Amino acid sequence: MQKEKGHIDYNTPVIIIKDLYKSFGDNDVLKGIDLTVYKGENVVVLGRSGTGKSVLIKMISGLLKPDSGTVNVLGYDVPSLNEKKLRELRMKLGFSFQNSALYDSMTVRENLEFPLVKNSHHLAKKDLNNSIEKVLDAVGLLQSINQMPSELSGGQRKRIGIARTLIMQPQIMLYDEPTAGLDPITSTEINNLIVAVQEKFHTSSIIITHDLTCAKATGDRVAMMLDGQFVKVGSFDSIFDTKDERINSFYEYNFIQ
Amino acid sequence: MKYVISKNVDSFFTDVSDVFGFVVRFFKEVFKPPFEFNEMIKQCYNVGVRSVALITVTGFITGLVFTKQSRPSLAEFGATSWLPSLVGIAVIKSLAPLVTALICAGKVGSGIGAELGSMKVTEQIDAMDVSGVNAFKFLVVTRIVATSLCIPLLMMYAAFVSLMGSYIDIHSHENITLLTFFQNAFQKITFLDFASTLFRSVIYGFTISLVGCFKGYNTTQGTEGVGKAANMAVVVSMFLIFIEEMAIIQMVNWIR
Repeated sequence: MQKEKGHIDYNTPVIIIKDLYKSFGDNDVLKGIDLTVYKGENVVVLGRSGTGKSVLIKMISGLLKPDSGTVNVLGYDVPSLNEKKLRELRMKLGFSFQNSALYDSMTVRENLEFPLVKNSHHLAKKDLNNSIEKVLDAVGLLQSINQMPSELSGGQRKRIGIARTLIMQPQIMLYDEPTAGLDPITSTEINNLIVAVQEKFHTSSIIITHDLTCAKATGDRVAMMLDGQFVKVGSFDSIFDTKDERINSFYEYNFIQ
Repeated sequence: MKYVISKNVDSFFTDVSDVFGFVVRFFKEVFKPPFEFNEMIKQCYNVGVRSVALITVTGFITGLVFTKQSRPSLAEFGATSWLPSLVGIAVIKSLAPLVTALICAGKVGSGIGAELGSMKVTEQIDAMDVSGVNAFKFLVVTRIVATSLCIPLLMMYAAFVSLMGSYIDIHSHENITLLTFFQNAFQKITFLDFASTLFRSVIYGFTISLVGCFKGYNTTQGTEGVGKAANMAVVVSMFLIFIEEMAIIQMVNWIR
C-alpha cells in the first residue's frame, strides 16, 4: 500500500520553513516548525485535530502571517510579499480545502473557469474548454461538468476542488484533510488521485491529515505534529517505530477507529 | 492576554481600526484596474431590480397613508389644497430616502452579510484568494459600488411611487389632474433639496453595503457567525442611517 518514491529531486527544495511560530491570543499554535519539501515530493503532515496543521499550510499560501520564522516557497519569502508578488506565487500553488470550498452559485464548469478566466484574460474559448475537460477527465468527473456543487457527493466535491486547483497547472499542491468525512472506498479513490496528480502533473505536495491510511498511501515522507511541533519526520514506518507514548497512542487510536 | 485598557475598550478600538482599514482598502481598490464590470452589473441587478417590487409596495403605501393621515389636520383649517405641496416636501426631502434606505438595509444589507459570511466560513473567499483572484475586489468593491449606485435610483423610484399613492388619495377627494398635482408637489422643492436627497441616498447605499460586506467578510464562528453577520449588518446600518440623516440635514440647513 505504501507508495514508491518516484521522481523526487533532492537537490531542489521548493518549500523551506524555518523556526516558524504562530499564536492566536493566548493559544500558541505553532512552536518552532522546520520543514523542507523537495521537488516532486509528497510530504504528509500528520497529527490530531487542532494541532496547527491547517495553520501551517495557510501560512505557506500567505493566507496567514507567522509571528516569527521564515516561509520560503519557490524562492519567494512569503510573509514579506506584496499583493502582486503574492498573487504571482499563488498562481503556482494549488490549495485543496477541507470542505472543497466550491463556489455554491456556480456550476462545475464555472468553478473551473473562474480562476483561469480571471488570471488569463486572453484565453480562447476552445483552449478554455480543452483545459476544463482535461482536468475533469483527470479526476474522472467529466460527466458532472454542468452540475451544481449541491448536486455532488462529498467525494465528488473533493475531486472537483482538486480539479479547480489543477487547472492552473500548479507546481505545489496543498491538501487540507483530503479524506476527512469520506467513506473508506471514496478515501482510497482520493488517495489514488493525489498520487496520480503527483505522477501526472509532477507536483510537490503537502498533505495535511489525521488519517493513517491516507498518510501511508500518499506520503513519501511523514512529519508527525504534536502540540505545534514536529516530533518526528521520516518514512511512514520509521515514524511509528518508536517508544513515544503520544505517537503510539495516535497510531492505536487510528487503528481502533 | 494583557489588554491596553480593558477587553471591551480594546476590542472597540480594534473594530474601529479594522473598519477604517476596510474603507481605505475599498478606495484603493475601486480605482485600480482590472474592473469587474460583469460582476458589478450582476450586483446592480440583485440590488436594484430585485428590490423594485418591495420598494413599489412600501413606497406606494407610504405616500397613500401619509396623505390620509395629514388630511384631517389640514381640513380643520380648510387647507387641503396644500396637501400636494406637503406630501412633496415630506416624500422628497425625507420619506423616500429614509424608507428606501431602511428597506434596503433589511433586504440588501442582510443579504450581503449572509452571502459573504457563508462564503467566508466555507472558505470560498480563501479559495478565491489562493487561486490568484482578488476576492476583495470581486466581492466587496462590486457590491459597494453597485449598492451606492442603485439606492439613489431606487429612492427616485420610491419618491415617484409615493407621490402616485398620494395622488390617488387626493384625486378621490378633490378634482385635481396629475399634472397639477406634480406641479404643486414640486413647487417648494429646491435644487439643494433634491441634491441633498440624492447625496444622502448615495451615502446610505455606501453605508448599507459597507456594513454588510464588513460583517460578512469578517465572519467567524461558523453558521452561528453567518446569522450574527446578517443580523448585525441590518442593525448597524439602520443605526448609522439615522445618524447620517441627522448629520446631513444639519449640514444642508447650515449651507441653506
